[in-house]
Amino acid sequence: MAEDDVLERVKKIVVDRLGVDEADVKPEASFKEDLDADSLDIVELVMELEDEFNLEISDEDAEKIQTVGDVITYIQSHKS
Amino acid sequence: MILKEKVALVTGASRGIGKAIALELAREGASVIVNYSGNKSRAEETASAIEALGAEALPYQCDVSNEADVQEMVKTAVKKFGHLDIVVNNAGITRDGLLMRMKEADWDAVLNTNLKGVFLVTKAALRPMIRQKQGKIINIASVVGILGNASQANYAAAKAGVIGLTKASAREMASKGITVNAVAPGFIVTDMTDELPEEVKEKMQNDIPLGRPGTPEDVAKVVRFLASEDSGYMTGQILNVDGGMAMQ
Repeated sequence: MAEDDVLERVKKIVVDRLGVDEADVKPEASFKEDLDADSLDIVELVMELEDEFNLEISDEDAEKIQTVGDVITYIQSHKS
Repeated sequence: MILKEKVALVTGASRGIGKAIALELAREGASVIVNYSGNKSRAEETASAIEALGAEALPYQCDVSNEADVQEMVKTAVKKFGHLDIVVNNAGITRDGLLMRMKEADWDAVLNTNLKGVFLVTKAALRPMIRQKQGKIINIASVVGILGNASQANYAAAKAGVIGLTKASAREMASKGITVNAVAPGFIVTDMTDELPEEVKEKMQNDIPLGRPGTPEDVAKVVRFLASEDSGYMTGQILNVDGGMAMQ
């Protein structure tokens, strides 16, 4: 899967879920600090990413996700 | 029928209050996962009674204090029915005895089933409920968790814990459209209360303002209300169904 494609799909979910501007959804953006998400928002986001990319993200891995870039990296490395 | 197309998981549904709840929800049109721990034939009886009412039933054996098994149960339910709308955390056991004589194993067994079980089933069910952006969780507490009861330190602690857990999960999930409420039954005629010594039963009955013990159906009707849209603006509440034993 091309990196750009993953980024676009992740962006769309983040924008929908968190109601933020697309321009703010950059790889270095932290969900909590920059995108104003609380921990429950992140849980929900992770579940939506699981649906979108047909993945199962363990609780341990989900806890490590802090930035948009973390999500992209995770998906790249777990999706064949 | 107020619960048409709804899917409900009722733990400890092979007999007693759980069975009455499973039947009441089925009567309103819900499909019911009949969870049980050991009594397969009683669970199958509950399931047949549900089917006789024209609703779907799935008997499912699982110890609610085992996380992996609970996760599997919820996954199976969602796979079979497509969604999960109502969870009734009813499974409970007693291991009564004076605190001074209570064995650690009796404490652990009651806390594991009656309190940890509620946590684990709720945790597993929240996943599909968050996805659906709606859900109703109903925990069966007890008047004993409010008033205490001699010889039931473990049971009282677990049920008081259920009340705290109900309120905490209600606050946590409110923004996701998931409500969490509890019912606190008083002295209800079931196999569980049948085991109590006669003098305890007599004393309990004397403490009931309405002058009679309750039936499992008395509890099931209040659960039906909490499972329906009629209670849509309620969350984090504890409803006593105890003939007036505890008035708050």
